[in-house]
Amino acid sequence: MDARIGIRNTKSMLFKGLIIFLAFLITLPLIVVLLYIIKQGVTQVNWHFLTHVPTPVGEPGGGIANALVGSLLMVGMASVVSIPVGILTGIYLSENPHTKLAYWSGLCVDVLQGVPSIVIGIVVYLWIVKPLGSFSAIAGSCALAIMMLPIVIRSTEQTLRLLPPSLKEAALSLGVPYHRVIIKVIVPCGFAGILSGIMLSVARIIGETAPLLFTALGNSYLSYAVTKPMESLPHVIYTYATSPYDDWHNLAWGASFILLMFVLILNITTKLITRKWNIQL
Amino acid sequence: MEHTVVSASKFNAWFGDNHVVKDVSIGIEKNQVIAVMGPSGCGKTTFLRCINRMHELIPGATAKGSLKLYDDEVYNMNPIYVRYKIGMVFQRPNPFPNLSIYDNVVAGYKLNGLKMAKADLDNIVEKSLTSAALWKEVKDSLHKKGTFLSGGQQQRLCIARAIAMEPEVILFDEPTSALDPISTSSVEQLFHELKENYTLIIVTHNMQQAARVSDKTAFFYLGELVEFDNTKQMFTAPSDIRTQNYITGRFS
Amino acid sequence: MKNKRLDLSYSQMKWETIFRRLLIFMGVVLVLIVVGILITLIKESIPSVKSSGFGYLWSKVWDPVQNIYGAYPFLIGTLLTSFIALLLSIPFSYAVSIYLGEYNPKGWLSNLLKNSIELIAAVPSIIYGFWGLFVLVPIIRQIETKIGVAPYGIGVLTASLVLAVMIIPYAASLGITLIRMVPSALKEGAYALGATRFEVIRSVVMPYTRTGLFAGVLLSLGRALGETMAVTMLIGNTPTLAHNFKDLIFGPSNTMASVIANEFTEADHEQYLSALVELGLVLFFVTVIINLIGKRIITRFTNN
Repeated sequence: MDARIGIRNTKSMLFKGLIIFLAFLITLPLIVVLLYIIKQGVTQVNWHFLTHVPTPVGEPGGGIANALVGSLLMVGMASVVSIPVGILTGIYLSENPHTKLAYWSGLCVDVLQGVPSIVIGIVVYLWIVKPLGSFSAIAGSCALAIMMLPIVIRSTEQTLRLLPPSLKEAALSLGVPYHRVIIKVIVPCGFAGILSGIMLSVARIIGETAPLLFTALGNSYLSYAVTKPMESLPHVIYTYATSPYDDWHNLAWGASFILLMFVLILNITTKLITRKWNIQL
Repeated sequence: MEHTVVSASKFNAWFGDNHVVKDVSIGIEKNQVIAVMGPSGCGKTTFLRCINRMHELIPGATAKGSLKLYDDEVYNMNPIYVRYKIGMVFQRPNPFPNLSIYDNVVAGYKLNGLKMAKADLDNIVEKSLTSAALWKEVKDSLHKKGTFLSGGQQQRLCIARAIAMEPEVILFDEPTSALDPISTSSVEQLFHELKENYTLIIVTHNMQQAARVSDKTAFFYLGELVEFDNTKQMFTAPSDIRTQNYITGRFS
Repeated sequence: MKNKRLDLSYSQMKWETIFRRLLIFMGVVLVLIVVGILITLIKESIPSVKSSGFGYLWSKVWDPVQNIYGAYPFLIGTLLTSFIALLLSIPFSYAVSIYLGEYNPKGWLSNLLKNSIELIAAVPSIIYGFWGLFVLVPIIRQIETKIGVAPYGIGVLTASLVLAVMIIPYAASLGITLIRMVPSALKEGAYALGATRFEVIRSVVMPYTRTGLFAGVLLSLGRALGETMAVTMLIGNTPTLAHNFKDLIFGPSNTMASVIANEFTEADHEQYLSALVELGLVLFFVTVIINLIGKRIITRFTNN
């Protein structure tokens, strides 16, 4: 009897050991990737790198100013559309959970979340690039906006659902009209949650390459024209990483480092916000 | 008697198919404290929420019949204006967590976008908080968040918030059920002072409270207004057997 | 004063109506976007469906020059990479779920691990692809030389390895939440009968959360099927299907997403473009259905 208990306990301990080993083992690739990118990239980055466009093969110097400007511009344009639309849709879903429209919109959010980004790229190509006859930054930001929407909507919806209904009643009973209740009371009370959703969605789309491949394309010159092709950080990495030249690889490492820093900073800040306000997403 | 402030005749309310307020007729006079009591699910809260048209905010909720504020039909008025005139205090204290005590008191003005001079606002804050017997306790911390106050203080802050709008009537939906005994008595004390200027309608499930604070009591049972009379009369010699059963604890 | 308030209340009512309509409009817009995506994909696939018919998914030749389009190699490539990645990732995502859900749900170490796992999902796929190309590919190539298969370096296995890491967070973070939801009364019941921790996990926690964890695996699968950049950079991009098993696993291949990524801008005629859009349509249906099933299971699980 004692022996059997001993065996069972040993089995239990072994299992625990295995679980802990596997659970921590998967952080290994993450650490390896992060360290490698930082090691390769950090030496590339300097003021010149950030303020110059890439040079042709063989010429020294060159940077990613065009990609940096392009990424910020396209993510910015996508945010300008997606944040208000996403917040308003999130409000609609949290305020009217039982209507038919809310059911279908909710379903569509789930669908959008599941659509592979490359498919979004195809659709935006067919919607915008083909009719206009040219790859453009507008098409790129449109694709990014669609990628961003479901994240903003879901985080807004979930944050607002957690607010007590008494808050809304208090405002309504003072004769505050519905739109002001939402804008002045409900949204400010859920601000931290909504903000973190926005930041996560920006972190997500800033690294998206696939939807940009056939929308914004790429551009080796600095461009501010939104109806023309535009470079972006992930796209510059793709082009230069798959090229056969070492100089260009180095440029891609530098761009990867910058991209990674954007993503890390956005994610860590979001974590700090949610912890401070104690909001669960 | 004096002027009638709120009057209902053959008033009905539903949640979907559920008929929760049935043919209620009542006349409430100015500067009185009216207690509305009855077992849970009797429609008392729904009736209260109909008076300032909060009832209709719930999906599927409907109402029919006549309900008047002075001579105006409430259901023909602008609901926003109705809620200016008829304030409400809820079961649980619900100050706005994102606003300071000061801003909570004038929330009705600020959130509505009513532009006012700073001096006027200061005046309103002091007056309302004084009426709600809270001024002395919070006058030095007006710019702290309202949620730092104790439960009883928060409820009085909510009362101050309702008073600040200068309503005709203030509705209370079981205002002390979430409070401890000491806070409860401080709020009850307030009712006596408030009726100088306002008409109070208080829903309560606590008979002792109804007896303590009200001038008149309405007893609701299964959606009907069974009896409406002077509180003393009601608690000593109720005219309806159902009221008597309730008061003597035959059902609850 | 009184009149000012009355006037204001009327203008407020007007805005209130406008605002409510705006909210409804937003809900409608969302539905329109998704319906629009679906219609566009279907409409643009029609030329390809007309010419290739049902053979599209089963025929093995993809030759844009001859205008022959058979997506079978890509279908196999997609399924192969995704399922290998899934098989590799499941032990890890289950381990993380059990560790953070059951053994160590609180504390700094638990938070650190949980945040790291979320970070895995946050790192852009292009970065995994780039790293894989320059670090993993040479390693795989050495291994391949040692075990005596053609040392491509790039190929199905390499792509699957990277993909496995990338999809772990989707199953894991759901698994953690679900395992934490197991009522402690159930577990205590088993402990009271003298069960060890392992026995409690095996006979109480796992059965209770089985369907939910399966949903997490589905979400991971949905990600894997649609993942583009890292796979495109690592899979080798060959339009033909390998003939023997070794080459199928170690050799280069292609997935639906990587074909689209590689060839879409080169599609110079209607038929070619349409064939690629049809690939996108297939991908759309497969991933969306898998995702919706997963989400449906999760809602059912959390509501019970």
